Amino acid sequence: MNKFEKFSFDGDRTAYPNKKADGSLDIDLSSHKYIKVWQGPNHPGITGNMAVELTVCGDEVVEAKTHVGYLHRGFEKLMERRRYIQNCPLVCRVSVPEPDYNEFNYSTCVENLAGISVPDKALWLRTLALEMARLQGYLMWIGGAAGTLGFGTVGQWSNYLRDLVLDRFEELTGGRIYHIYILIGGVRNDIPVGFKQRMLDNLREIEGFMKDIRKVLFDNYVFKKRTIGLGIIEPEWIYPYGIVGPNARAAGSLNDVRKDYPYGKYSELDFEVKTSKQSDIYARAYLRYEELLTDIDLIKQILDKMPDGGEFMANIPNVFNLEIPAGETYVRSECTRGEYGYYMVSDGSGFPRRVNVRGPSYTHAVALLERMLINANIADVAQIMVSLHTYPPEIER
Amino acid sequence: MFQKIIEKINLKYPIDVVSKKSDKLMFLTVHKNTAVNTVQYLKDDLGFKHLVLLTAVDFLEQGKFQLTYLLNNPDIKIDIGVRVLIERESATMESAHSLWPTIATYQRELREMFGIDFPDSPGVNDEFILEGWNNTPPYRRDFDTKAFAANFYHQRNSRENNDPSAHMKKNLYPNE
Repeated sequence: MNKFEKFSFDGDRTAYPNKKADGSLDIDLSSHKYIKVWQGPNHPGITGNMAVELTVCGDEVVEAKTHVGYLHRGFEKLMERRRYIQNCPLVCRVSVPEPDYNEFNYSTCVENLAGISVPDKALWLRTLALEMARLQGYLMWIGGAAGTLGFGTVGQWSNYLRDLVLDRFEELTGGRIYHIYILIGGVRNDIPVGFKQRMLDNLREIEGFMKDIRKVLFDNYVFKKRTIGLGIIEPEWIYPYGIVGPNARAAGSLNDVRKDYPYGKYSELDFEVKTSKQSDIYARAYLRYEELLTDIDLIKQILDKMPDGGEFMANIPNVFNLEIPAGETYVRSECTRGEYGYYMVSDGSGFPRRVNVRGPSYTHAVALLERMLINANIADVAQIMVSLHTYPPEIER
Repeated sequence: MFQKIIEKINLKYPIDVVSKKSDKLMFLTVHKNTAVNTVQYLKDDLGFKHLVLLTAVDFLEQGKFQLTYLLNNPDIKIDIGVRVLIERESATMESAHSLWPTIATYQRELREMFGIDFPDSPGVNDEFILEGWNNTPPYRRDFDTKAFAANFYHQRNSRENNDPSAHMKKNLYPNE
């Protein structure tokens, strides 16, 4: 029996569509058995604009189709017409809530191709910026996920907590949302005087709130009732559907780029990869909650281990005339949604020949979501979508 | 590690070029007719079951597209990029949707953005990102975004200048 069938409200399945010879569903809209419902492009299920075209029979979704393109700005094309350094302020726009992973992947691709080695202090500062980005990304997600189910207060708390992290980002980089902090060869600034103590104060406050969030959200009957056993990702779907990050780890996978392909200073940090077996919406949410607490611990470790002083930018000649030999490379990092990668091809001309962004949402929000929504109840669509933690700009780049 | 993998592949399918980037990353160039078979062999027999990405690079000067299937082996933690060069004119490639269902999304995007056809790939001709597009596929290098914008969009006149210093200069020194 299909696992989703237990969520079907209608026992009489004679009204449901038959399959045609090619495997597609035989949906005759003129039969008045089905209704087309557009979820989106503006709705609480997704951070950003994306629509899902649902075909509904009664309360149950029989077909789902993802529509993207509302945020397309042609980043990959724009990058081909700019010098390498000119792309640094552009790449962060690919993923608005977590721009730092774009900056890191892009800069590391260029460094790999050009053979630039990054100073040790810059690696620490990069790791700090990436963990801060992860922390505020998870805080934003918890608020969104709670808001989808009517827990608006949790959303207000988590937005306040995210603002604390953004304050520290503003202090470190000068920007709250877009930081343009990680550049080719290193980072833009060292940490300011007194930053460590202010960051630790913020982390203490966030930890205190997380205990409340656990009680209000994760121990709440309504939240459990509407998330446990729903939106299950089968472990055997992980590789066929390219599932990564917490979505895969909640299904039992242990894949984490920070452990498997250490970058920055992760090899010198002590942390465990969180995993779960239940693989439903609750398991994914709780895994993110646990990872958020791990991030707090990692930031403390980074601040303790980071050396004082030292160069934070490699000695590079004129950045407008960087000599990048012809070649290609791929760089990955672990963002809140999973493996985030940049594939770069250089032809030696001073401009990238091609940059391709591999965002986790590309597979999660299209093929996987379309599969997961089949047989779901229409009232559960929003939380299934939000449980995948999707950012549409990285689908359409 | 890579040497053994290359030897195994070479026993079944010929490899034209090997370029090793690091201990964890290598690119292979294979022939168009054997590309999907090579990818399938890597996936099914050598453990490269994670499809990282499929993308295209436009080498306009050579009249070729390079398709890159980047595969990852999560057990031994290495990546192999399988490159295949196809003709730019009437670009067509065999679909690999039987290997990973999610690859159909990549193929659909390549069809729209580069004009590369993947016959029999599910929904390959459906619109993905663009809506009602009937111009040159926009990620081809001969598509000029600036010229397109100039022809397609209404030209706005430049904004009126309300700069205070310019205003005072005009009032105080009208003859300059």
